[in-house]
Amino acid sequence: MESNELNSPDYDIPPELQAQVAITSLDKLYNWGRSASVWPLMFGLACCAIEMICAAASRFDIARFGMEIMRPSPRQSDLMIISGTVTKKMVPIIVRLYNQMPEPKYVLAMGACASGGGPFKEGYNVVSGVDKFIPVDVYVPGCPPTPQALLNGLMKIQEKIKGESIKTARWYKKGPDMAEIPVPILGPDLIDPRKIALIQHGEKN
Amino acid sequence: MATPAPVQTLDLSARFPGVLNPDTRPGYSGWILDSANLLEFATALRDELGYDYLSSVTAVDYLPDGKMEVVYHLYKTTGGTGVVFKIQVPRADPIEVPSLVSIYPGAELQEREAWDLFGIKFTGHPDLRRILMWEGFAGHPMRKDWREPYFEEEAKPLKSRWPDGKIIMAESKNLYGDNIAYPGGFNPESQTFDPEKALYEALRKYQKDEIGLDTDHILVNMGPQHPSTHGVFRVAVMLDGEKIVNLKPVMGYLHRNHEKIGERNTFIMNMPYTDRLDYLSSMSNNFGYALAVEKLMNIKPTERAEYIRVMMAEMTRIANHLMAIGALLNDLGAYFTPMLYALEERELLLDIFEGVAGSRMMCNYFRFGGIARDLPEGMFQKIKDLFFERLPRKIDEIDRFLSENEIIRSRGIGQGVLTAEDAVKYSTAGPLLRASGIPYDVRRAEPYSIYDRFEFDVVVRTNGDIYDRLMVRFDEIRQSIRIVQQAVKQLPDGPVMALKPMYQVRVPPGEAYGRVEGPKGELGFYVVSNGKPTPWRYHVRAPSFINLTAFGPICIGQKVADVVAVLGSIDIVLGEVDR
Repeated sequence: MESNELNSPDYDIPPELQAQVAITSLDKLYNWGRSASVWPLMFGLACCAIEMICAAASRFDIARFGMEIMRPSPRQSDLMIISGTVTKKMVPIIVRLYNQMPEPKYVLAMGACASGGGPFKEGYNVVSGVDKFIPVDVYVPGCPPTPQALLNGLMKIQEKIKGESIKTARWYKKGPDMAEIPVPILGPDLIDPRKIALIQHGEKN
Repeated sequence: MATPAPVQTLDLSARFPGVLNPDTRPGYSGWILDSANLLEFATALRDELGYDYLSSVTAVDYLPDGKMEVVYHLYKTTGGTGVVFKIQVPRADPIEVPSLVSIYPGAELQEREAWDLFGIKFTGHPDLRRILMWEGFAGHPMRKDWREPYFEEEAKPLKSRWPDGKIIMAESKNLYGDNIAYPGGFNPESQTFDPEKALYEALRKYQKDEIGLDTDHILVNMGPQHPSTHGVFRVAVMLDGEKIVNLKPVMGYLHRNHEKIGERNTFIMNMPYTDRLDYLSSMSNNFGYALAVEKLMNIKPTERAEYIRVMMAEMTRIANHLMAIGALLNDLGAYFTPMLYALEERELLLDIFEGVAGSRMMCNYFRFGGIARDLPEGMFQKIKDLFFERLPRKIDEIDRFLSENEIIRSRGIGQGVLTAEDAVKYSTAGPLLRASGIPYDVRRAEPYSIYDRFEFDVVVRTNGDIYDRLMVRFDEIRQSIRIVQQAVKQLPDGPVMALKPMYQVRVPPGEAYGRVEGPKGELGFYVVSNGKPTPWRYHVRAPSFINLTAFGPICIGQKVADVVAVLGSIDIVLGEVDR
């Protein structure tokens, strides 16, 4: 980043100090730091994970965005890239991982399967999109998306981060913490605890 | 192309009078026998006739006939055509068939899969649990009368998508607006069942060490989210200190229902789905499926198409092995640096795939009777440059960096040993089998396509340890380069499609088993057609899935830190393990 890029406009900085001093807003500084050090969770689901690895390798080089530090632990990561088909057997684990990530956290649904079920949507073990369970910030289309598309998605995440304000950020708000998402249960089929009433009602019909 | 030879007809019916009935349905081959004679017959096949390699076990649900059929494909590791036999049982619960695990331990995971998806009880199976779905799932989904929550019609193309613009979302037809269904009267609040219980009980069954100290054994779960399980794979290990006393692979976290979806798709619609099986080597998957359906249709691709197919399949093998080497080195602790070298070359191969097929990974390039399109302009020169100039040099470079490394040698040599006998017993395939000293390669054992025209060595190493599996991959890359170089020199001109392009192919009734030597081992497609536009049965004999049968036996007795190294050396891809 250029030094004047961080400056807020309309402040006169003496010419001899221009390379050393910047006058800026806290939001801008805060978001600048966050957006250039998004640590993704090292978590590959399916085919898209291979393209994610390629994005991390030399040709596409995710490190240009400060995102090369893939953390195997959800406790240390900011971004969850759902890279592949979300199955019913896997979704309880994904929700648990999401709950374990500290705020601020972002989710990127990579590829057709994670966004809406993709070519496997009709399958009996496939969830039609991870957004049925956890909130998604950016969707990247493709089957699988090329590394370029993934990088574009990651830049969208950065744009989103840059638009946030420390004053309104949900993770600094008073009151109850972000409610944990109830972990789905494996029964005769996948049971979403939020839908228990519907399932009971549905059976009465 | 592999067709069950008539030789076995003479052999077997004379040896087993009254036991074997030839399968006389049109388009079918092999034998039908009574389940009471199965064990005796299989023992004789293995011990007397030398069919020591159980390639595939699968089931077919013949709902209109009221029968369930279990199909076995056996081969000799010395090469040659195989033998196919079938057990037919009435389709009334409980469906019971004797388990072959005591004779061919390689049947273990495959029989568990048939139990999970078809509900066939294999009596005498040591550990018959669900494998792809979870314990407690309602029903056996591959049965023809089991319908998924988003069921619309028996066969595609679906009427709800026609005419143009008329799209009915599957959600709108489902009671819950979601891809779920429950048995009648189900109350989720009364759900107290633990799907993991059966797994932990199975893990506690092992030989106790009588001499050791009386200590508690520890149960460790690795995965499904773990950096070195190559995807969403889970390993449950029972430990005595650091020593592994029992290990169970747990899979199904990426079970995408390929086979159920494949039976609704028309034949050609399955081609892009095969890409997503082993997503690192889509061209090989295309190859196997194309071979199986071409066998059913009784057509042959054109000369030029055959050559391009072989070139693409061998490039896929190189790309896959590069990834496998990089991933194994990741698991051994050399995090990502060797991978960068491997991926650099893989990207160049992916450029070729993108050029010919339009997609880097999901090529969808093969068609029945040829390939989708000819090489684009300039591609031939690009392949030539890569395979005659750059790649041989680069492979030697990566080999030089890695194979003499002290850490790799000490973590690889003598660790995770699979003996030749066990490798055959557990039906392992590909580099895993060849590193154990069995020179079995489908390209040589039963040449398909035009592999009989090329000079190449079947790579073999004798120690069966992690290091040898790594070295086998290096050697195989060199052999693949050799094959591509020969194919480049011989590539003829001409058309690339034997048939005129059509929307739907006509496939006569029958069965076919097309197998190719994929990068991970013998990849087989068992396709049954009943003359309709969609296959009646579409089964994938996935090499990485069956190679995992040997995973537990290799690891037992090793230290827990070697689990990731052994898993890396087996080289699995979850898309294929779970399908």
